[in-house]
Amino acid sequence: MIVSIDHLLNCKSVKWMESAKGQGDIIISSRIRLARNLRDIPFPQRLNQTTGEECLQKIKDACQEEMPAALHKMEFTGFDQLSVWDLRILVEKHLISPGHAQSNSAFRAIILNEDGSLATMVNEEDHLRIQCLLPGLQLASGYDLAQQMDDYLESKLEYAFDERRGYLTSCPTNVGTGLRASVMLHLPAMQMTGQTSQILQNIGQLGMTVRGLYGEGTEVAGNFFQMSNQITMGQSESEICNHLQAVTEQLVEQERLLRERLQVDLKYQLEDKIGRAFGILNHARMINSTEALALLSDVRLGIDLGILSGIQANALNTLIVAIRPAHLQKCAAQEMDAIQRDIKRAEVIQEQIKGIK
Amino acid sequence: MYCEECKQKPAAVHLTQVFNGNIMQSHLCEECAAKKGGFMFDPGNKFSIPNLLSSIFGAGCNAAPTPPTELDGCPNCGMTFNDIRQTGKLGCSECYKVFEQELEPTLRRIHGNSQHIGKIPSRGGEKVLLRKQMDNLKTQLQEAVNREEYEKAAGIRDNIKDMENKLA
Repeated sequence: MIVSIDHLLNCKSVKWMESAKGQGDIIISSRIRLARNLRDIPFPQRLNQTTGEECLQKIKDACQEEMPAALHKMEFTGFDQLSVWDLRILVEKHLISPGHAQSNSAFRAIILNEDGSLATMVNEEDHLRIQCLLPGLQLASGYDLAQQMDDYLESKLEYAFDERRGYLTSCPTNVGTGLRASVMLHLPAMQMTGQTSQILQNIGQLGMTVRGLYGEGTEVAGNFFQMSNQITMGQSESEICNHLQAVTEQLVEQERLLRERLQVDLKYQLEDKIGRAFGILNHARMINSTEALALLSDVRLGIDLGILSGIQANALNTLIVAIRPAHLQKCAAQEMDAIQRDIKRAEVIQEQIKGIK
Repeated sequence: MYCEECKQKPAAVHLTQVFNGNIMQSHLCEECAAKKGGFMFDPGNKFSIPNLLSSIFGAGCNAAPTPPTELDGCPNCGMTFNDIRQTGKLGCSECYKVFEQELEPTLRRIHGNSQHIGKIPSRGGEKVLLRKQMDNLKTQLQEAVNREEYEKAAGIRDNIKDMENKLA
């Protein structure tokens, strides 16, 4: 197997999980996704053996040539070289989507750079889905990096582009810029004070959608929300990113206000909740992932507010991923049923949070 | 009215969500609403994207003309407009040309707009880029004329002529 993907499969942390400066306590990560397709070749769900092979080969060939240094040793890996477990690990690390891992297309591949900040899915819903994932609020730098990959691929491949419609995509919800910018937010105070439903309605009116931890169709867990732009056409890329950034900053401000209010008005209840969460995580013999995510969210809030200390934010980011089923089984180097996973999960968490006071 | 979740207690929380023009209503009891954390998002049932899309393509789309028959599929990939309606997806880049008229109201419905502004690929997009540059120059020309900077305006006019020759 190729070195770079091997490393990304085995490492604990990829780029987006690193500690971020500034608003890193509330904004976990930023993601930019550009949807691109090759001219005349049918979109992924309409590929047959001939067109599928042609499509995959063209993209593979484009990756064989020397890439700009900024793209950090990009490597192409066909899914025929990866096991089902590898794919699950990549999903849990947010490098590919659940849909990409589950699709039965024979023409899937992933183009990854060394630190996992650039991950281009091949033949997911579109021929190319260039993704850039960075820690904290970094939409502009994310777009910049994704754009460099886009420019490189575009210099080698003929894109499906129309003057009026922009970049043509399989689903009309992505056509135009093909850009989906998103941020992953941790909003426990908003959730505790029951404000999320109202805020969510307002967000919808601002042209944003909110999804769960793993994107489209996934549930909101552990107070983690993924917010992204809804409209991809009729706005420029920078407008889309700036708009998302502005809405994000407002949400962060709101979350901070609520956290302050909680600390004043409900000091003891808040400390009790955080202390109990820490207690359960520290002493549970087995724990399922929903409960673990909810309690880790409380502990994270405790760290952010200075009620608890002794762990870095990136260790908590790593834990969000380390407690998912595929990572647990990789860590244990064996297949496990739900009960075995719950036991292993409790162990992994306790190992990681043992420094917390 | 009973709660949609537990179906036992009376519904006390009524939520109306508007999603791309589709109205969704939920009725829950206080407990079930609290369990949802005041956060009404259940992508499993009603918020299926393909369902939503086919509804956008399909009924209620009164501006859309009668869809072409099965025989009028896309010559490049064979997709018909009915297929697109059912799957919510297009078959290939050519479909955008073949079904241009049918797609127009759909795109407006989704994006509130059907004209791309934003990045243009440098390859295959040369003419588009030139045209955009020319539009910019025309604006500059108008501005120069308004400011009575005729020398500058003449320079800009020459540039525009050059570009027109390249485009021809």
